Amino acid sequence: MSESIRPVSRRLDAPANPRHRWRMIKDRMARHGVAFGGIGVIIAIVLIFFYLLYVVFPLFIPASSEAVAQYAVPGEGSTLYLEMEEQAGLAVRYSDAGRVLFFDTADGTSQGEVTLSQLGEATITTLARDVPGSHTVALGLSDGRALVVQHKFSISYPNDVRTVTPRLDYPYGEEPLELADSGMTLRRLAMSDGEDRLLFAALDAEGQLHVVKYHKESSFLDEEVTLEREAEVVEDEGVEADYLLLEPSQRHLYLADGSGELLHYDVSDEEATLQERVKLTPKGQGLGSLELLVGGYSLLAGSDQGEVIQWFPVRDEHNHYKLTEIRRFHSQDRGIASIATEERRKGFLVADELGRVGIYHATAHRTIMVEQVSDAPIVRMSSSPRSNAFLAEDSNGQLHFWKVENEHPEVSWSSLWGKVHYEGYEEPGYTWQSSSASNDFEPKFSLTPLAFGTLKAAFYAMMIAVPLAILGAIYTAYFMAPRMRKVVKPTIEIMEALPTVILGFLAGLWLAPVMEDHLPAIFVLLLLMPLAVLLFGYLIHRLPSGLRARIPEGWEAALLIPVVTGITWFSFAISLPMENLLFGGDMRSWLSNEMGIGYDQRNSLVVGIAMGFAVIPTIFSIAEDAIFSVPRHLTNGSLALGATPWQTLVRVVILTASPGIFSAVMIGMGRAVGETMIVLMATGNTPVMDFSIFQGMRTLSANIAVEMPESEVASTHYRILFLAALVLFMFTFVFNTLAEIVRQRLRRKYSSL
Amino acid sequence: MKDIKQWFRSGSPWVWLNAGAVTASIVMVAALIMLIAVRGLGHFWAKPIFEAEYVEADGTTIRLIGEIHDSERVPAERLRDKGVAVAQGVETIQRFLVKTGNRDTGGLDFRWALESQIRERHFPEELIALERYEWGNFYGYLKSVKESGEIIAEGEAAWPELLTRLQRVAELHQQIKAIEKVEIGAVNYNMERLRLRGRSLELDGEEAGSRRFVTLDEERAVLQREYEGLQRNLNELLHQVERDSITAEVMDGRIVELPLAQVVRAYRPNAMGMFSKIGFYMSKLWEFVSEDPREANTEGGIFPAIFGTVLMVILMSIFVTPFGVVAAVYLREYAKQGPLTRTIRIAVNNLAGVPSIVYGVFGLGFFVYFLGGNIDQLFFPEALPSPTFGTGGLMWASLTLAILTVPVVIVATEEGLSRIPRSIREGSMALGATKAETLWRTVLPMASPAMMTGLILAVARAAGEVAPLMLVGVVKLAPSLGLDGNYPFLHLDRKFMHLGFHIYDVGFQSPNVEAARPLVYATALLLVLVIVLLNLAAIAIRNHLREKYRALEH
Repeated sequence: MSESIRPVSRRLDAPANPRHRWRMIKDRMARHGVAFGGIGVIIAIVLIFFYLLYVVFPLFIPASSEAVAQYAVPGEGSTLYLEMEEQAGLAVRYSDAGRVLFFDTADGTSQGEVTLSQLGEATITTLARDVPGSHTVALGLSDGRALVVQHKFSISYPNDVRTVTPRLDYPYGEEPLELADSGMTLRRLAMSDGEDRLLFAALDAEGQLHVVKYHKESSFLDEEVTLEREAEVVEDEGVEADYLLLEPSQRHLYLADGSGELLHYDVSDEEATLQERVKLTPKGQGLGSLELLVGGYSLLAGSDQGEVIQWFPVRDEHNHYKLTEIRRFHSQDRGIASIATEERRKGFLVADELGRVGIYHATAHRTIMVEQVSDAPIVRMSSSPRSNAFLAEDSNGQLHFWKVENEHPEVSWSSLWGKVHYEGYEEPGYTWQSSSASNDFEPKFSLTPLAFGTLKAAFYAMMIAVPLAILGAIYTAYFMAPRMRKVVKPTIEIMEALPTVILGFLAGLWLAPVMEDHLPAIFVLLLLMPLAVLLFGYLIHRLPSGLRARIPEGWEAALLIPVVTGITWFSFAISLPMENLLFGGDMRSWLSNEMGIGYDQRNSLVVGIAMGFAVIPTIFSIAEDAIFSVPRHLTNGSLALGATPWQTLVRVVILTASPGIFSAVMIGMGRAVGETMIVLMATGNTPVMDFSIFQGMRTLSANIAVEMPESEVASTHYRILFLAALVLFMFTFVFNTLAEIVRQRLRRKYSSL
Repeated sequence: MKDIKQWFRSGSPWVWLNAGAVTASIVMVAALIMLIAVRGLGHFWAKPIFEAEYVEADGTTIRLIGEIHDSERVPAERLRDKGVAVAQGVETIQRFLVKTGNRDTGGLDFRWALESQIRERHFPEELIALERYEWGNFYGYLKSVKESGEIIAEGEAAWPELLTRLQRVAELHQQIKAIEKVEIGAVNYNMERLRLRGRSLELDGEEAGSRRFVTLDEERAVLQREYEGLQRNLNELLHQVERDSITAEVMDGRIVELPLAQVVRAYRPNAMGMFSKIGFYMSKLWEFVSEDPREANTEGGIFPAIFGTVLMVILMSIFVTPFGVVAAVYLREYAKQGPLTRTIRIAVNNLAGVPSIVYGVFGLGFFVYFLGGNIDQLFFPEALPSPTFGTGGLMWASLTLAILTVPVVIVATEEGLSRIPRSIREGSMALGATKAETLWRTVLPMASPAMMTGLILAVARAAGEVAPLMLVGVVKLAPSLGLDGNYPFLHLDRKFMHLGFHIYDVGFQSPNVEAARPLVYATALLLVLVIVLLNLAAIAIRNHLREKYRALEH
């Protein structure tokens, strides 16, 4: 056993001692390890901000474009129509020479050509296309007939290489369909292929307007579709129209001539009826180009002096649809030669006589770019389905192929924050409606109603929370007996820790229905409570002094418990009789019938109370700290000079602690603005702009919670939701930092006093 | 009058008002907790079932059988507006929300009944209540018990017979559940792993028909045989469980037949004494915390939600503690104190005030889509296009919450470190200890209660957060738990259930809110209890700590 006792043979701090060296190494390792870890955590936290910024940033990158190729228009004849496939690698060209040519967009080499031999003697005089993305066009012929053709780009992956094989289909047979009975040449044509009918509008050489409906009847046995023809000659006397457009819902038909005069027909019924005549272009200007925006609801009119004007039908008070000028875009100063619309967005391309191409977005009212594409006037354009490339043909027979980088044209200051007149709306407004079932839908990304809702919810919450929390903090810090304070402070701290999902659930499922049934009680309660408290205080004051002396100082709050509960009970008890007496039995219907105030079950009052409840402890504990740590000698001095406790409080304590109280309110505000679950559960989440206390709202945070999981990664919607998160982050961070700086200043002031 | 004026001038009315604000806040907290407690705990009590004659608005009389679920007073005017005939002169009317059950025969399981229209309410002892796996509760009179369609017991004898047979059914259900969940679950899980291994071999360019594929096929065949065997057992059990049925008379006089296999529990609340009611209460309470939910989460228990919350919080603690402590030690002990550290401190402090949904957005974008997407590309290409880590799950949820709560831990630990008197550090250094040794041997152990406080507060916050979790991996019904008997046991990529989200989902997204509501209150109560206890623990530790250091300073 003697080995276990070892003499200390070495001094621990001897420089050459290996154990000592090892200790030093460990110390250094710890230093570096901790520094690395600490800085790492801090960087990770900073990363949040930068990641949000990184996702939002592409919204604000300006679009760019570059010329890729320029070559002579492939094939013969003059071009009637150009269209590109999904990835803009191949394009199709319809020419009046009766041929359909597929070519490579990079160099114009032919990838296949189809001669429409079934046309016989007839030649193609005009062309109409169906909605973008349908790949369907109708060729108007010189013998009054029309052939419906569908070009298809079938994609296959032999050996993992994307290969596109173009072909032509004839969805309604290889033989042309009869349009003009007269057999007259078709000068202009418009078509729309709907669910149950195929609709044509055609203008023949004599100016007669034919509307031909082919009703589709599919037999159940095979997928065969048979067509039943119904034709009508609308305009006998002859019109001079250069533009003929049919909207995809098959309701509106537009005819326009070179001077900008437009005829608007309703073709939804048996007989076409003329709705109105409108001059599309400003005074003294002719029409250079007319197109339908995707979805077919809006008309884009380009004048011969460079104006581009958006029109769409707006319902007036008599329930009539009237074409209305919605917005004008940045003028290009030269005649508009051609307009091409994007296939999946409300964007469009405009070419002028100087060879410039401008890219615009309708909803955002935004000029994205204007580029010089050619020296010669551009006569025809086409945007690729993904809107990342366009083809432009100039009057010298050259084709220009450009690539475009334009991911988020929908975003502009006006579309995010301003009033926008959306398609189908009667007037401009602030609307948030992001989800869409189809490309035709106009996404509405106005953050204004959400920001408004956020502030509204926070406002009502603060209305409830600020008085309760600050008055409570003053009492707790200054008047309350220490023994009671020991109970009250932890209770309020626990109140702060209550999960907001529970508050939200109670607000939505318990408070909202209770409030709906006892609406007068809430208002009676708010009114009676302070009065009752004052009355009780006065009664105590009037007690004989012997009895009053028995009441310990600083326990007023405990004495008030029966008063508060009693008043609450009383308010609810008289609620029903009051409703019967004053509001005809139902305050809600009284509100809406007599006062014209709508009532939502889950409204701002519910949110205000629930969120106020969540915010009270935050404000309370910071304000209480600030008041409690006011140096004692200040108050003692004031009291010694003969001031009453209340005077001391108002003139000395609150004045000194006011920065702390201010920062408490700021931090409470930050919490109210960012709160998610309560508003999600206690409001109807409708993005309305209405200050009424009986209406709901949708806040930025609830909106994120609702829409984020469904939004497509890297889409504009996704990035705008990130923008909303960034706004929330910045807002609360700035508020909290301000509050924190104020508090630190205050702390220094206290320590110097 | 003068007295009042003077009273006002003395300022004491304002003091009373201030006191009123405190009282109102405290009363609100107490009322809220009591509301949750009463509604949540009351749900498990066996309520009596009444039978009564009820005169409908059109004058017809029906038989009403059910429990009183809720009651309220409504102004008569409001009912008159809706076309209900109410006698003149009556101002308010008591009305009951009656749970009539029998959703399969009656369509709805709740209805309103006016007190004035109820005649001859009584509580017959023979009325039975059945909890079922589908269609909610059943109320009625037991008529007979059948075995394979033959009547075994009728009248008085039927009830004991029902109970014994129900026992058998419950045992069979246990066995079925064991086979379905555990054994078949394991087979399916292994099958899926084999499929992924096969796919990964394909991706590696392994030739079809090579030895590895052959072994895979063999393993698959073994599993397939195992599966078929289990399936046979299962079918046999399913057949057995369907043997018995009962007939019972419902409210409208019809006799309906119910398979016993559908019944979870049968009881006669009107015949139960106090003790059996307490026993019933306990068994319901146990079911609530230990069973899976039934019927779109409106019945049964919340065990998966408790399990998911606990597992997620534990994982979060594992992430958050070391990082939070290291950051705090760095800020307090190593970093040079100056404007930069002050700024960092303010920034960290403020992060605790950033809305939690922002963290959720960050977690979704950065963890799920960016990190998860890349991890899938690198390590799990065989499962693509279905994501493994590229979708919300336990891992990302706990990491997101770790980032959310790291400021809490940093702030608490820093506070603890700053409270340790200088003399202790200096003493240790004077004895020749290095800085690391001082930290490790004296400072950190002394600060450990502060870290504990920080961790508890972090856990309490994480357990109650819902908004960020909705974006990063919480689901309303998770088919399997995050921790089970299948390799690798802990499944970080799985989605999970969470108490807070359960409240939101069942309370607001449920098809039958009325039936679900008591369960939501019970869940809320559980969550509040957990969080209040955690917070009380943190407060207690903090107070204890303050005392301790106060003693040290002198």
